[in-house]
Amino acid sequence: MRHIIAVLLENEAGALSRVVGLFAQRNYNIETLTVAPTEDPTLSRLTLTTFGDDGKIEQIMKHLYKIIEVVKVVDLSESEHVERELMLVKVRAEGAVREEVKRTADIFRGQIIDVTPTGYTVQLSGPSDKLDAFIRAVGKVSILEVVRSGVSGISRGEKVLTA
Amino acid sequence: MTTKQDNNTSAEPVEGAEMLSGGDMLVRALQDAGVEYIFGYPGGSALHIYDAIFRQQKIEHILVRHEQAATHMADAYARVTGQAGVVLVTSGPGATNAITGIATAYMDSIPMVVISGQVPTSVIGTDAFQETDMVGVSRPVVKHSFLVRKAEDIPLAISQAFHIATTGRPGPVVVDVPKDTTDPDVLAPYVYPREVKLRSYSPASRGNGRQIRKAAAALLAAKRPIIYAGGGVIIGNGSEVLTRIARSLNYPVTNTLMGLGCFPGDDPQFIGMLGMHGTFEANMTMHNADLILAVGARFDDRVTNNPERFCPDATIIHIDVDPASISKIVNADIPIVGQVTSVLEDLEQILDAQRQKNPEQPERKALEDWWRRIEEWRGAHGLNHQMTIEPDQPILPQMAIQKLYEVTGGDAYITSDVGQHQMFAAQYYKFAKPRRWVNSGGLGTMGFGLPAAMGVQFAYPDATVACVTGEGSFMMNMQELSTCLQYGLPIKIIALNNQALGMVKQWQDMQYGGRHSNSTYSDSLPDFKTLVEAFGHVGFKVTSAADLDPVMREAFSSKLKDKTVFVDVWVDPHEHVYPMAIKGGSMQDMYLSKITTSMQGDYM
Repeated sequence: MRHIIAVLLENEAGALSRVVGLFAQRNYNIETLTVAPTEDPTLSRLTLTTFGDDGKIEQIMKHLYKIIEVVKVVDLSESEHVERELMLVKVRAEGAVREEVKRTADIFRGQIIDVTPTGYTVQLSGPSDKLDAFIRAVGKVSILEVVRSGVSGISRGEKVLTA
Repeated sequence: MTTKQDNNTSAEPVEGAEMLSGGDMLVRALQDAGVEYIFGYPGGSALHIYDAIFRQQKIEHILVRHEQAATHMADAYARVTGQAGVVLVTSGPGATNAITGIATAYMDSIPMVVISGQVPTSVIGTDAFQETDMVGVSRPVVKHSFLVRKAEDIPLAISQAFHIATTGRPGPVVVDVPKDTTDPDVLAPYVYPREVKLRSYSPASRGNGRQIRKAAAALLAAKRPIIYAGGGVIIGNGSEVLTRIARSLNYPVTNTLMGLGCFPGDDPQFIGMLGMHGTFEANMTMHNADLILAVGARFDDRVTNNPERFCPDATIIHIDVDPASISKIVNADIPIVGQVTSVLEDLEQILDAQRQKNPEQPERKALEDWWRRIEEWRGAHGLNHQMTIEPDQPILPQMAIQKLYEVTGGDAYITSDVGQHQMFAAQYYKFAKPRRWVNSGGLGTMGFGLPAAMGVQFAYPDATVACVTGEGSFMMNMQELSTCLQYGLPIKIIALNNQALGMVKQWQDMQYGGRHSNSTYSDSLPDFKTLVEAFGHVGFKVTSAADLDPVMREAFSSKLKDKTVFVDVWVDPHEHVYPMAIKGGSMQDMYLSKITTSMQGDYM
């Protein structure tokens, strides 16, 4: 099963490499990973998505906790949460297809952020499966380049993740 | 993202704090951390630090002949004293040579602080002479690591390094120190932080009360219990309370390779080591148990054999300071995360209270039946080798260990290398006390034994220290014989010489049709007696069983009390270590000799 794990870690040189190293060393898989400092500049927040059964996820969480710089770890997928991913897509859009691409972007509530005579760059955000759906809808032939931010997530309601 | 710091100006003074150079701060911080010995080897990037060592008397630096040996000495020093061992190496090859020893300590959870010189900050990343990214290279085998940015950070880094290395599940910590941060001309205020607080690090201490009560109830309800105790009991100083609990309940105790000595090896309740080369009775008792109390043990693959078939009837209580060790290989029914001594003391209290309330538990009859079965197993296949000595008989390796036990009165510190001799030592030397058996259990590092014995001797100069080794392992770090002479270390080296890489050869005999691929070298072995004499020590060579006793007695005699002694014992090269787990099976599936397995008998 896919899990979204959020990690608060000390914003220090080398901390990220320990997290990534752990996944390589223990043969865990990382699907997406995104990291940036939080409102508290001494802390970074890292969100990663991974696949595994409950036992494996539990081991991943425990091993993450063992990294000295890791302050908090939470499996967001365990409870109600919101996930978002940002995607920029460069699409070939010429002739009859041009209007079709525009319409598809509108349906997905995407924005066209760059235009050339032969193509559009579309910006899209949402859960990962929505971004996948857009790529399917436009069709692989039209797509020139895709860049995705990786998943960010936050729990719903009052619950907060702080140091 | 990175900002370059200008390290060539002294920092602002702090009131009441002495102004010191980074090199002096480093050494002062080690003094303040209570360090007695540094094991190390100098080189370019570490020279400011070495100069600071020269100008003080509190800490003695031990000059080794290879950095790997320094790490094993520090490691063994830590294993027998419980204090963190300290290593100092230079950058590049000095640092990479230390890696094997750091990994050894990491796998066995040994507290160690490794200080590595690094090239100056200004040239980091330029492939400078003797530059290696030590923090990167060591990352998978350390508990934590620091790269020092400026001189005034050194005391904090050292203080945190010791805190992290010695608390929770201990482990090695690397402090990488660029040369410019130790510059004698750059001064900064020295403040050693006695208290270390890290918001992201708070190791477990007391166990959860409800879990401990559940564990007590399960223990008292058990009909076929066993206590499976590992290295964590020794590291956490839990041997006394574990022994009290075990004796009070009269439950059988087995130890892992790392746990030997945490329960007295000469106690009738002790049923031997378990696992791949564990005793028949220990493995049978485990397999048939209905309750396993696992303490400070991690269900290593060398213990469990096939985890799918592991102890099918057992409820498992697992006490460990590291939550990640729990339910990693085998699911624990009652997990308890906490410091071993604290958890066991709480458990003991509850057990005592419960038994006062209900003296019927544990059920006496069931326990008697259980012990009867265990004694049958012990009687059938205990480690009872025929040790009668015929004059021309080849020396069996087991015999040599039994002789060692006899001449040392069972009271020596024993270090070992890795291979058949290690297993024979683990099986046949009955360790009565914790911290007496020093071996590389997790990583299985050949070359560990000799420097480890030296580290132990530094910790306890008057103790009898013996290294059980094989000729293969010994040759991996024998340069340290020179260090032994320099510091007058009276260690005794007992080499079980089978003229082959015995354990490799055993596997090749058993699994590869006897094809001894690259495991023998009998035509090219040195004459070890002459070799050690060239290093200024005393050497013996024993080839017949009849000579074993007199030579071993002489080696440990008061006449040679102050000498490094090497006994080259030529053992039967065809001997295998048994029992041996049958791959893919359960714990009760064992080879018992070259021609018998546990499945042939009526012991199920």
